Amino acid sequence: MKIQLNTTINDLLVSVEIEQDARLLDVLRDNLGLLGTKEGCGVGECGACTVIINGKTANSCITLAASMEDCDIKTIEYLSKDGELHPMQESFIDNSALQCGFCTPGFVLSGISLLERNPKATTEEIKEGLSGNICRCTGYEQIIKAVEDVRDKKYNKDGASNE
Amino acid sequence: MSLFEHNNNKYKVIGKDIKRIDALEKVKGTALYAADLYMDGMLYGGNVRIKEYPAKVTKIDTSLAKAIPGVVEIITCFDSRAKKHSWADYCYMTDEVKFCGDVVAIIAAESKKVLDQAIKSIKVEYELQKGVYTVEDALKEDAPIIREKGVGLVDGLPSREKKGNIFIDSYYPVRKGDVVEGFKNCDVIIEREYNVPFIDQAYIETEACLVYCDPKDGSITGESSAQNPFFTRRYLAEASGNTMSESRLIQRTLGGSFGGKEEGVGVQIGRAAILHKATGRPIKMVNSREESLMDSSKRHPFNFKYKIGATKEGKVLALEATLIDNCGAYNNQTQFMNWRSSVHSAGVYEIPNVKTDTFGVFTNNVHGGAMRGYSSPQVIFAQEQLMNELAKELGMDNVELRRKNIIRQNSRTATNQLITEEVILEEMMDELLNRSNYYNKKNEYEEFNKNSKSFKKGISLVTCFRGAGLGAEGIDANGAFVQATEDGSVIISTGLAENGQGLQTAFAQIAAEPLGITIDKIHFHSVDTHAIADSGMTVASRGTTMGAQSMKKAAERLALIIKEHVAKKFCTTVDKIDCKDNYYYVVDENFPSNYSNEKKVAFKDICNERMWGGEQLAVYEWFKPELNDYNHHTGQGKAFPTYTYNVCIAEVEVDINIGSVNVTKVTSGLDCGTVINPNTVRGQMFGGIVMGLGYAITEEIELNKGRILNDNFDSYILPTSMDIPEMDLVLFESITKEGTFGAKSVGEPSTEAVGAAIAGAVSHALNKNVDHLPCSLESILKYMD
Repeated sequence: MKIQLNTTINDLLVSVEIEQDARLLDVLRDNLGLLGTKEGCGVGECGACTVIINGKTANSCITLAASMEDCDIKTIEYLSKDGELHPMQESFIDNSALQCGFCTPGFVLSGISLLERNPKATTEEIKEGLSGNICRCTGYEQIIKAVEDVRDKKYNKDGASNE
Repeated sequence: MSLFEHNNNKYKVIGKDIKRIDALEKVKGTALYAADLYMDGMLYGGNVRIKEYPAKVTKIDTSLAKAIPGVVEIITCFDSRAKKHSWADYCYMTDEVKFCGDVVAIIAAESKKVLDQAIKSIKVEYELQKGVYTVEDALKEDAPIIREKGVGLVDGLPSREKKGNIFIDSYYPVRKGDVVEGFKNCDVIIEREYNVPFIDQAYIETEACLVYCDPKDGSITGESSAQNPFFTRRYLAEASGNTMSESRLIQRTLGGSFGGKEEGVGVQIGRAAILHKATGRPIKMVNSREESLMDSSKRHPFNFKYKIGATKEGKVLALEATLIDNCGAYNNQTQFMNWRSSVHSAGVYEIPNVKTDTFGVFTNNVHGGAMRGYSSPQVIFAQEQLMNELAKELGMDNVELRRKNIIRQNSRTATNQLITEEVILEEMMDELLNRSNYYNKKNEYEEFNKNSKSFKKGISLVTCFRGAGLGAEGIDANGAFVQATEDGSVIISTGLAENGQGLQTAFAQIAAEPLGITIDKIHFHSVDTHAIADSGMTVASRGTTMGAQSMKKAAERLALIIKEHVAKKFCTTVDKIDCKDNYYYVVDENFPSNYSNEKKVAFKDICNERMWGGEQLAVYEWFKPELNDYNHHTGQGKAFPTYTYNVCIAEVEVDINIGSVNVTKVTSGLDCGTVINPNTVRGQMFGGIVMGLGYAITEEIELNKGRILNDNFDSYILPTSMDIPEMDLVLFESITKEGTFGAKSVGEPSTEAVGAAIAGAVSHALNKNVDHLPCSLESILKYMD
């Protein structure tokens, strides 16, 4: 059965006809073409499908789209919608914090979200904040460093490095 | 000292921390992976499998599925349109199901939801047959024969004279000296057995493809998550019935592979091509994680039986071993991989007498294939644990035993290859012993363990080497295309593929160096089989060391063409022209590094002039290395042109009450020759350490009669950011005349020693011989019983 979903995605009001049992991940990708949100496991373990819902990270592969009425959803596309990179994206590039890139959107969002909750996060707290995302390529070290650099304000608001 | 120097000014862009050229689209989420492709009129393709194996399928009832609105096509293995066997041993579809990944029918539907319903509605009837799942059972005299081509054992060795389950093409002997005589002169001889399980590459992107027809000319196009696009094209051409010239394979951004996206993506694209032929519509196929685990190849499990002997002074005189791996039901890898296992079967040691036999055995399991290391993580684990046991038996320090036996310049390897190049392994060992404070920690941990009831600490060093590239396994040839455009930007392409490892950036640096241009001028065009020729596979950590040789050649030739142009312009000779930062200039002999003189011209201006003057601006070059003189019957000869050397020290803390292993620190040293991009090398090493940690502690495909029990990441446990140890990396640069700009391998060496080092540290902590991986909770508790 189809239903109408009205919600806010990346600051835009969206009204979209969806399957009643559709996953948020499928609505983002198949209905709305927001392809930066990836599917890695489908069971909420790998974090490749991470989005931010009402300020908190969530796995969109285990989120029922129909439950998203009147929510504030942000995907990786939100970050560079004005053409500029978010400091976290800059920091990932500068720290070589990515290889194949498939998990990268999820990690970038988790990194931003954990610093929003805890701007002075310690390295251990950063590791914990990223532990819902799996990366098979990097061994996490350069990702942690990328988040630490943003925490340490090595990037100013327009995304350029202060160093 | 051969430590990598960050401020080495020998090169302009080589050895510098150039940012990845594919990073921007990846952080923005705009990089297009195969599953991100959509097309008008596209159908979703899927597979029907059964849950017990081996089995003979007798009937498939599709009537319920056909009645579901939105189901467009169903092709069963009994359908006349079904293509069964692929060129590479695996089946697109079959009624003789041999393992969990075998497919009995394929379906195309209008939506994913309808597809899922249809798959569940297919009724398959089958007769279950007697299966064989372990190497031990497969080698029994009365074992059911799984494959027609399997052979048996005669006098303990594979022989075509008898039927059995041995994959004869994967048998490689090594015969050096005389082990019988060698053992006679030994004061100490030990025998040990080791076992390792199937594990998964576990790339986060599952296999995906889109197959469609090019409306212009009717040729079939597949866009795929292929590690090796040309290899995948063979399946596309075969399944569609098209010629290769009418089968086009485009590699999309690859979400990790580590050796896994070879045969699995091949049969997938074949199935999609069959559905495309039947429906005339674009077919998209995306594996779920569960399907990926069932269908894709795994790291081979091995059973190792080793015998080693040494004098009481610690000189190893003889080594004898049998290395048997579990191939699964089909295989197109073990016959190549086991050659590498055999070459490295005696470790990085100079042993005068070596006799080893390596072969694979068919079982009704998922197939063994390539996974980062191509047998080295398994062999090094067994080999290095064996050395630790020998040291214990001799009453000798583990490191000293290694020091007495390691390969040095002018040593002869197990294959009797004379190592003529510089070897800095001992220097690397000393540097790492020093940095990690090895001996103090060893003593400290042993003291700690005497008094600690719940926790035990351990530290261990392992050494190894790795043949770079394909060596005598194949011909390491490759081609590359470099074309400059009129605005001074340059397009480079090659038959080798970016798989996430950083190949694009490394190749861009290798092209930029001779051309004297900056990285931002270079665009890497990823593999499209209609736009570039086959260069073999992106495997064996060959990309930079061997695969970039043609890129270097092509860039050098184009640079020469440009230099000739500039020389003519300034009425001088080519040898007087140099280039950097997008300028070509006449070298002022008084100020050789100064190019701010009048006699300079911008690269873009030369390109523009040549373009409008009808002059050549593009170069294609081919590289074929000299062939290695190797005898595959005796396992003797030159196996590889050059080797990467590796030293790894791991430290662990084991909770013996619950069996958990905490890896506290890994110090890893790699001699990879010239470092092309330090940050990329470090990224490979960090990733390699953490992948090795998973191999050592948590990862194992659990099987019950060939069925995979842990088929997603909630039960197949990968390391997270919470599990990583402190990591200290040391890059060494030895000198080699082989390899592009003297670069050796990085990707696989980064991980191959780690599992062994952790197992060694656990052995030290528990004072036990860790004889299998992973060091799971259960196995630690068993050691402590």
